[in-house]
Amino acid sequence: MKFAVIVFPGSNCDVDMYHAIKDELGEEVEYVWHDADTLDSYDGILLPGGFSYGDYLRTGAIARFSRVMQEVIKAADAGKPILGVCNGFQILLEAGLLPGAMRRNESLSFICKPVELKVENNTTMFTNSYEEGQTITIPVAHGEGNYYCDQETLANLKAKKQIVFTYKQNPNGSLENIAGIINENGNVLGMMPHPERAVDALLGSADGLKLFQSIVKTWRESHVVKA
Amino acid sequence: MLLKHEPNPEQIKAEKLYQQMGLSDEEFTMVENILGRIPNWTETGLFSVMWSEHCSYKTSKPVLKKFPTTGEKVLQGPGEGAGIVDIGDNQAVVFKIESHNHPSAIEPYQGAATGVGGIIRDVFSMGARPIAMLNSLRFGELDSARVKYLFKEVVAGIAGYGNCIGIPTVGGEVQFEPSYEGNPLVNAMCVGLIDHKDIKKGQAHGAGNTVMYVGAKTGRDGIHGATFASEELTEQSDEKRPAVQVGDPFMEKLLLEACLELVQSDALVGIQDMGAAGLTSSSAEMASKAGMGIEMNLDLVPQRETGMTAYEMMLSESQERMLIVIEKGREQEIIDLFKKYDLEAVAIGTVTDDKKLRLIHHGEIVADVPVDALAEDAPVYHKPSKEPAYFAEFQAMAPEVPQVDDIKETFIQILSQPTVASKEWVYEQYDYMVRTNTVVAPGSDAAVLRIRGTKKALAMTTDCNSRFVYLDPQTGGKIAVAEAARNLVCSGAEPLAVTDNLNFGSPEKPEVFWQIEKSADGISEACRVLGTPVIGGNVSLYNETSGTAVYPTPVIGMVGLVTDLDHITTQPFKNSGDLIYLVGETKPEFGGSELQKLLNNGRIYGKAPEINIELEKERQDQVLAAIRAGVVQSAHDLAEGGLAVALAECLFDNGELGADIHLNGNPVTALFSESQSRFLLSVKKEDQQQFESLVAAELIGQVNQTGSLNITVEGENILEAEVAELRAAWKGAIPCLLKSRD
Repeated sequence: MKFAVIVFPGSNCDVDMYHAIKDELGEEVEYVWHDADTLDSYDGILLPGGFSYGDYLRTGAIARFSRVMQEVIKAADAGKPILGVCNGFQILLEAGLLPGAMRRNESLSFICKPVELKVENNTTMFTNSYEEGQTITIPVAHGEGNYYCDQETLANLKAKKQIVFTYKQNPNGSLENIAGIINENGNVLGMMPHPERAVDALLGSADGLKLFQSIVKTWRESHVVKA
Repeated sequence: MLLKHEPNPEQIKAEKLYQQMGLSDEEFTMVENILGRIPNWTETGLFSVMWSEHCSYKTSKPVLKKFPTTGEKVLQGPGEGAGIVDIGDNQAVVFKIESHNHPSAIEPYQGAATGVGGIIRDVFSMGARPIAMLNSLRFGELDSARVKYLFKEVVAGIAGYGNCIGIPTVGGEVQFEPSYEGNPLVNAMCVGLIDHKDIKKGQAHGAGNTVMYVGAKTGRDGIHGATFASEELTEQSDEKRPAVQVGDPFMEKLLLEACLELVQSDALVGIQDMGAAGLTSSSAEMASKAGMGIEMNLDLVPQRETGMTAYEMMLSESQERMLIVIEKGREQEIIDLFKKYDLEAVAIGTVTDDKKLRLIHHGEIVADVPVDALAEDAPVYHKPSKEPAYFAEFQAMAPEVPQVDDIKETFIQILSQPTVASKEWVYEQYDYMVRTNTVVAPGSDAAVLRIRGTKKALAMTTDCNSRFVYLDPQTGGKIAVAEAARNLVCSGAEPLAVTDNLNFGSPEKPEVFWQIEKSADGISEACRVLGTPVIGGNVSLYNETSGTAVYPTPVIGMVGLVTDLDHITTQPFKNSGDLIYLVGETKPEFGGSELQKLLNNGRIYGKAPEINIELEKERQDQVLAAIRAGVVQSAHDLAEGGLAVALAECLFDNGELGADIHLNGNPVTALFSESQSRFLLSVKKEDQQQFESLVAAELIGQVNQTGSLNITVEGENILEAEVAELRAAWKGAIPCLLKSRD
């Protein structure tokens, strides 16, 4: 399976995502610059964290106009797995690939620490290697991770099991402890915690590895069937 | 035409206008002699910034000469953007510390943020990838609205810049003392990693080569920042707010990536950050170091504002700019490289062989001065030095053991002092994990980062207990170095080298200059014995408000090498049943201690704790040998608050562990003395024999699962405390102080 790590000006978790895939997952991965005009050769698209365009205006608000985002939308429509982490999640929200919006943390401060998450839905292509209800430790590092959406959207998210991860102890004030959500089609996941920072026990946790393993497992299964 | 608004040379001389820029009468006469004429307005500006203490080290140079700066692993000592030390396998570590004290005193967010930005540029200007940031901060007591504001904004500024540019802030220290009330200290350190082949220098070689300007445009911000940094703070300092620059970490992220790509190009001859004194210092220093000259056409300098004069452009300290020298004829390659990152690269000048800095603006030569005169030949002053009266008084005092009525209550109070208390409120605002190499996060003795693709890791720390330096600068200087090295050893590293930041009051005062000299003596001796040369650093003088100096604060930044990831050791106790050892003897030493400060309303007096550097070295070697032998479960150095605080800190990470400790002697001394060269280690029972054969240590107790800390002295119960209660005091102190109204 071949992954693309999209690099926007100001992305800074691109390297971490790249190494997680290459060194820990052992899959193919390439950096793709923000002005790329095709993503056809990639099977999975990763939008890393960071401060694209300095977070000026609003987080993700400028990056979503990048040339490559049209291709990300195409890939999403084609059913390819798309994972947006932290700033990547914020960009997915701004691009309309996921519902809702991000507000500043309730504390008004940046927060960086490992947090416990609950796997709310283990039937997605990103989480099928976890147990349902499993507690995993994944770090957060953000200033604007306070997820919000209106009541109707929230009801929809719940009805369709689109809330994939919740915080055990809410670090940022997000609605219903939401840490990560998936689109209706089940192929676009946005999450504030950084699974790519939790792929090596030496650095504190390897709980994020299963997320990437789930993507690969699902892709292999569907491609074996087709073949 | 614009020059019309500027005073002419005769006016500058007759009306002594150079004094406003910080030049003395004698210095102005020197400039006249060098040029053989009266300097014009722009030239006077060039000399005033280059001869400021901040750029020229004119008063600290004689002191800095004392430091050992060489060693077999030192690839680059002081004089370039940052020092470089070999770590084997053709890799090297690059690091430097720098202050941004005065800007942070009047505009804390931007002052701290641009301090971070500046030191990062120093490191990547050497060709290195910045991998970690540390800092060392000093504030007044957290009981006034102003200090709380400064503290919050400085932390936010460091976080704002470091988080955005994506370099983890992995460690540091914060100390709170009344002497820093009006003049906080903000020192930032950057550590980078480089392959030997990529090492670059800020040198303008090759007559005819092209001088290019890259990065952000030049504005009117920060004009005379270097001069401002070389004065005392006064009530009027607020008016110097325009001398504080504004940072753009997004721009610097682009500049960083572009410059690291540039480093791989053989078109690059030299590269230097436009830091203090901006375009002036970068051009003059690059030319001087190469024995060349530079001619620049200022009309070509990218400008953010219209109508800027030569003087303003040369003295601006706008951020996120670099000056590079490239091979003639290869300009387009460089322009294209920077364009990829949406950055400008503009040819603004040429390297010459006449050793002059010549500036052209609107077709006229607006400055023509020898580069060496600016960069190398600044006057050097040997300031008078005098032992302050307090020193003899403190030295004559007999050691005393403070009277403590309620040990537990006092202990909890010490844990709640902001200098001792958990700094979680601070470091949780820093992204300390980005780039995913942080093995030991903030909160332990030293931060440790793995080096990807190797079995090695780097440990790093910043340290200075300025109370000890105040009581006895020479001893305090030694202690600062020893403590930094001890922290690295506790993490499993071999100390490599030092970068220092000398923060002092006004050197015009003989008593302050004496503090500078004596602490430099102490630092030098400790660095020699511990084998950690000083490979670069920074001097920040005139840290005074309304005539009162800060505590002398020579901050030591130190980096060490962990040769095998398996050696990485942290401070928390690991397993119930492990044996607890104390290395080093405990004496009744309370001068400058946390306990003394607590019991005397902030006043400290007496002698600083003694330190024998040879003994320190011996113990560090023993502890490191035991760690490398794999028989040490946890290691922690004893610092502020003594053994009691160290024991508690070893228990805070785990909810269930407790400890039973049996000590002898005077209980107050046993628990709270701040005697030096001591370590607290835990060892598995089965390793007892091997450990004891490697380290001279006293077995003082055992880790258990009670969740409480019980201490007996001479067989008598002295302290019984729930770890949870101690932790709550320690963790809650800073958030509580910040919330309380004053």
